[in-house]
Amino acid sequence: MQANEKKHHTLADHFNADEARVDWHDKTLWFVRTKRDRLTHDLLEWEELRDTASQIKSHVLSNLSQYLEEFEQKASANGVVVHWAADAEEHNNIVFNLLKKQGIDRMVKSKSMLTEECHLNDYLAKQGIEVIDSDLGERIVQLAKEMPSHIVLPCIHKKKEEIGDLFHEHLGTEAGVSDPQILTETARQHLRDVFITRKAALTGVNFAIAETGEMVICTNEGNADMGAHLSNIHIASMGIEKIIPKRAHLGVFLRLLTRSATGQPITTYSSHFKKPRKGQEMHVILVDNGRSRQLGRTNFRNSLKCIRCGACMNTCPVYRRSGGHSYHNAVSGPIGSILAPNLDMKEFSDLPFASTLCGSCSNVCPVKIDIHDQLYKWRQELVKAGYTDKKKTVAMKLMAATLSSPTKFKLAGKLGRLTLKYAPFTVNNGLNPWYKGREMPAPPKESFSEWYANRGKDKKI
Amino acid sequence: MEVALFVPCYVDQFYPGAARATLELLEKLGVTVRYPEGQTCCGQPMANSGYEHLAGGCNENFVERFSGYDYIISPSGSCVLHLKEHLHSEKHPVQGEEIRHRIFELTEFLTDILKVEELDARFPHKVGVHQSCHGQRGLKLSQMSELTAPAFSKPGKLLHLVKDIELVELDRIDECCGFGGTFCVAEEAVSVKMGKDRVADHLRHGAEYITGADMSCLMHMEGILRRNKSNTKVIHIAEILNSH
Repeated sequence: MQANEKKHHTLADHFNADEARVDWHDKTLWFVRTKRDRLTHDLLEWEELRDTASQIKSHVLSNLSQYLEEFEQKASANGVVVHWAADAEEHNNIVFNLLKKQGIDRMVKSKSMLTEECHLNDYLAKQGIEVIDSDLGERIVQLAKEMPSHIVLPCIHKKKEEIGDLFHEHLGTEAGVSDPQILTETARQHLRDVFITRKAALTGVNFAIAETGEMVICTNEGNADMGAHLSNIHIASMGIEKIIPKRAHLGVFLRLLTRSATGQPITTYSSHFKKPRKGQEMHVILVDNGRSRQLGRTNFRNSLKCIRCGACMNTCPVYRRSGGHSYHNAVSGPIGSILAPNLDMKEFSDLPFASTLCGSCSNVCPVKIDIHDQLYKWRQELVKAGYTDKKKTVAMKLMAATLSSPTKFKLAGKLGRLTLKYAPFTVNNGLNPWYKGREMPAPPKESFSEWYANRGKDKKI
Repeated sequence: MEVALFVPCYVDQFYPGAARATLELLEKLGVTVRYPEGQTCCGQPMANSGYEHLAGGCNENFVERFSGYDYIISPSGSCVLHLKEHLHSEKHPVQGEEIRHRIFELTEFLTDILKVEELDARFPHKVGVHQSCHGQRGLKLSQMSELTAPAFSKPGKLLHLVKDIELVELDRIDECCGFGGTFCVAEEAVSVKMGKDRVADHLRHGAEYITGADMSCLMHMEGILRRNKSNTKVIHIAEILNSH
């Protein structure tokens, strides 16, 4: 794709070509937001829980190396093999070598945004290893050869009729069938076969407890459990920020996670994996991939508190009307927009600007990440680093010069209310993005300052 | 009490009525209002676009014009929030810091400082209230729907003092209208769609007017209303509170 075609505003523009679909997407996600509100508003201690979780995460981020080492020691003692990966490539290599050693060329994988971030499936496919995603939403986007559009609801952009078509093509359902009951039963049978026949399972990790060396994996479908329990080798991939100090802290996060994500009191399955069963291998890969760099960025380190609930996406009025794919990153929405520039400032320089800075994201965030403030700060960083349009820089300099000088400001105003002449809502033409969908303000005959200057002498002070 | 009136640049140029209403309302409430000569802009258009480093000129000008007043009042939550969070001066750091504490958005000044409990205002219309995000989530003018916390609304409290006004309920009480400064052109498609959806909520509930404490959001929604030849109008909250 050309550079500009891949930018958020262009992709969002395409998404908006079908307004009825935008309405449907918006309403679907708003429904999830309102479910979240119903559950959280009933919980008097909700804001206290958010505070507590945020503080626990602050503590972890300040003592990360210590907790990681504690986790490594405890997990190793439990019989889990601990691997460290500095980046995506190392992570992918570790997975590949573990599979190769066992002569395995087919693997089942439950939801793991980290492996999306590392592009593991593509990498393994090139090595001749087939990966089947077992989360239903992820399986659907995998069949469609797409990326997840949402971290919790990967195929939320797809209508059931489109899923029916995919299942007809790939899983043999009758043409035109879109009954969710039939489709889920079909997926169930298909995945049962996958679970039984795969010797290797990869899962993500929601929380890793330093105190005990155990990993907690949350799913609604039980697919992580099915894969892991039936496998000879279970590989768990986790970002290094997933550590929590003690088991006692888990309750705080489990109460927050699914209420924020989908408006459920708790995930259907919150499974603890502590040690391999007899004859099984259990591995955990601790992945950095830019996280320690982000930890070193004072303005952005709090982004590492994220527990991947997706609440910021559901509430984001821009996300709901631009779709997850418009963020062209594994993690989309507001949180993706503050995480992605850390991975590649140039490629993701557009994302911090894909926001009105309304602040709703920060308010729903269960770990109180200052998301909208970080978006503002990323904008400053990206401009300083030279990753924004040069024409915009010229326009901004002219605007700043006009607005910082009372004389220039007055003069510009006199020239037919052109004060904001570098803001495009002053011209009525087809090239003006403001005018495409909006009328411009009707210019009054005098500005306030002109009116004030002419105000009756008795009134003037 | 002597206060200085800060009229945001685009309000001065495009919506002088909102500024006049602010001035007249404050005077009606017994406040001596100065309008410092030579004021321009808060600097937010540059800062929110990532060019905060170019806002220095605006900052210095602001500090020079607005130092020494008891309070600085502005009919814009967004500009006030920006100044509260980002105003600083190389030349006059102490005065810059002081202004950040002395600047108030109009409705919060009326409820929190003047403690207005009655108003001689009448507005016999059905009105929808738009909660502008920077005023609401930034300055905390109203409770936010995301939080588990008691409801309150400073603009709402004032509007309830207006005779014969009928406030309409909305389906989404505090969703962003999509203006967002340069977002409104940089992300034109999403911005317009957000605006259309917000306007539709007000129209669905029979609003004759959409009001709010920020003219920029209202300007954006007015652009959409007028494009659709709607009879519904936008009006700054100061104009309602100052109506007879």
